[in-house]
Amino acid sequence: MYTEIVMDHFMNPRNVGEIENADGIGEVGNVKCGDIMRIYIKVEDEKIIDIKFKTFGCGSAIAASSVATEIIMGLSIEEALKVTNKQVVDALGGLPPVKIHCSVLAEQALKAAIYDYATKNGKTYAGLEGFDPHDDHDHHDVVEIEF
Amino acid sequence: MRKVYLDYSATTPVKEEVVHEMLPYFTEKFGNASSIHGFGQEAKRSLEQARATVAKTMHAAPDTIYFTAGGSESDNWALKGVMSANKSKGNHIITTKIEHHAILHTCEALEKEGAEVTYMEVDEYGLVTPEALEAAMRPNTVLVSIMFINNEIGTMQPIKALSEVAHKHGALFHTDAVQAYGNVDIDVNAYGIDLMSVSSHKIYGPKGVGALYIKKGVRIHNLIEGGAQEKKRRAGTENISGIMGFAKAAELAYANLESHIAHLTKLRDQLLKGILENVDFVKHNGHPTLRHPGNVNVCFEFIEGEALLLSLNAKGIAGSSGSACTSGSLDPSHVLLAIGLPHEIAHGSLRLTIGDFTTEEDVNYTVEALKEVVQKLRMMSPLYDKIRGGQK
Repeated sequence: MYTEIVMDHFMNPRNVGEIENADGIGEVGNVKCGDIMRIYIKVEDEKIIDIKFKTFGCGSAIAASSVATEIIMGLSIEEALKVTNKQVVDALGGLPPVKIHCSVLAEQALKAAIYDYATKNGKTYAGLEGFDPHDDHDHHDVVEIEF
Repeated sequence: MRKVYLDYSATTPVKEEVVHEMLPYFTEKFGNASSIHGFGQEAKRSLEQARATVAKTMHAAPDTIYFTAGGSESDNWALKGVMSANKSKGNHIITTKIEHHAILHTCEALEKEGAEVTYMEVDEYGLVTPEALEAAMRPNTVLVSIMFINNEIGTMQPIKALSEVAHKHGALFHTDAVQAYGNVDIDVNAYGIDLMSVSSHKIYGPKGVGALYIKKGVRIHNLIEGGAQEKKRRAGTENISGIMGFAKAAELAYANLESHIAHLTKLRDQLLKGILENVDFVKHNGHPTLRHPGNVNVCFEFIEGEALLLSLNAKGIAGSSGSACTSGSLDPSHVLLAIGLPHEIAHGSLRLTIGDFTTEEDVNYTVEALKEVVQKLRMMSPLYDKIRGGQK
């Protein structure tokens, strides 16, 4: 059901943990749905020099968080804001249709962390336009399938 | 790597004696039991012997046993057949919120055709009380269908008391005994059962075969129309090899019932004790004593069931979970929600079911693996560090 890349990121997740005195922290998802993702970022000269995550969720949620941190590490904020959930899915070698929302969650968690950084530092970014971290977006709008 | 199968409630391996019993029916005794020639008559004799064997394990008469393609067919037949044949009595069915989908989805299908269905609540242990059933009974109640043992949380219902209530009001009593058969001594008459669904692959028999017990005199229409097999009640050439395997498995199950229950209960209690002593923030689900001898169902807080299953699988351990991610829907299992668990706790459920081939080493290995895996996932969980933060 999962690709080898997903399993590798799930079993050996990269960048798990937290950053003390992080410059931005973003948390999305809710316990009711069964997944919560929290991303910490450290920013220097508009560049994400460190990123860590903590995730409550299924295998693909953990793998998506892990691979997203790998993609984002070292990017500028502007570049990071352009990262899409599709890139996360592609980097994982694909996800089953019902698990696509996990990649959306990773994208949203990153945006929420940057939003937090921007708010604390009085900055604005074009890539954050219209983003509301408190919007309980319906990431679970997926088709129900029978096994 | 060590392989530990703890998913016996999902299915069981077929026992060697059972395979041995089945083999001649593929190649030598392959006749169609409806044929008049020697090949057919040989199959027919075997078929009737199998029927007598299965009947004996339920303390029933042979002519009350109808072979089917398994538990789901038996459930469909019992509900649809009885409701269709008893329209003059009424159109109301009573069942519970924790039934298997073979019952729940059949009820939903019947509702679309005009049946009224009451889905009874259960208590925190998953029990239905006779008092609650009494209150749900109506003059037009045709059938009460309550599962003997729940497949997820292992809770065993007070079947005798429940069937008495149904009968007092002139309704029939059906039980889905797929999880109970082979794990409890079921005397259909003593328990007051009118119809009972059982399955072969849960008792070390082959898949794709089961039976419906129908008490004499019960009015029921056919589900599968066609030839005159099964006394014109269930068409289709009999799955003779499957039926022979099923009968052998049933015979073995009942000959060894006591030692089977003792073995499972001992390892189940050991596994649960091991988990509760070694992992914190764990909730045990189902009834503490009125339960399946091999069922352990627990929720680990702050982690999600599918992640837990994948991690266990990486250590060679096979279990199952009622989390949303493993159910194929967005909500965690309907059973866990029905016993009142909040979504976030239900997401972290794990069902481990012990069987005849489980060993004490398997149990110890699993406890050790769980300790490690749960801790690893919790260290990744933002929920766990909120708790730890709170404790600082």
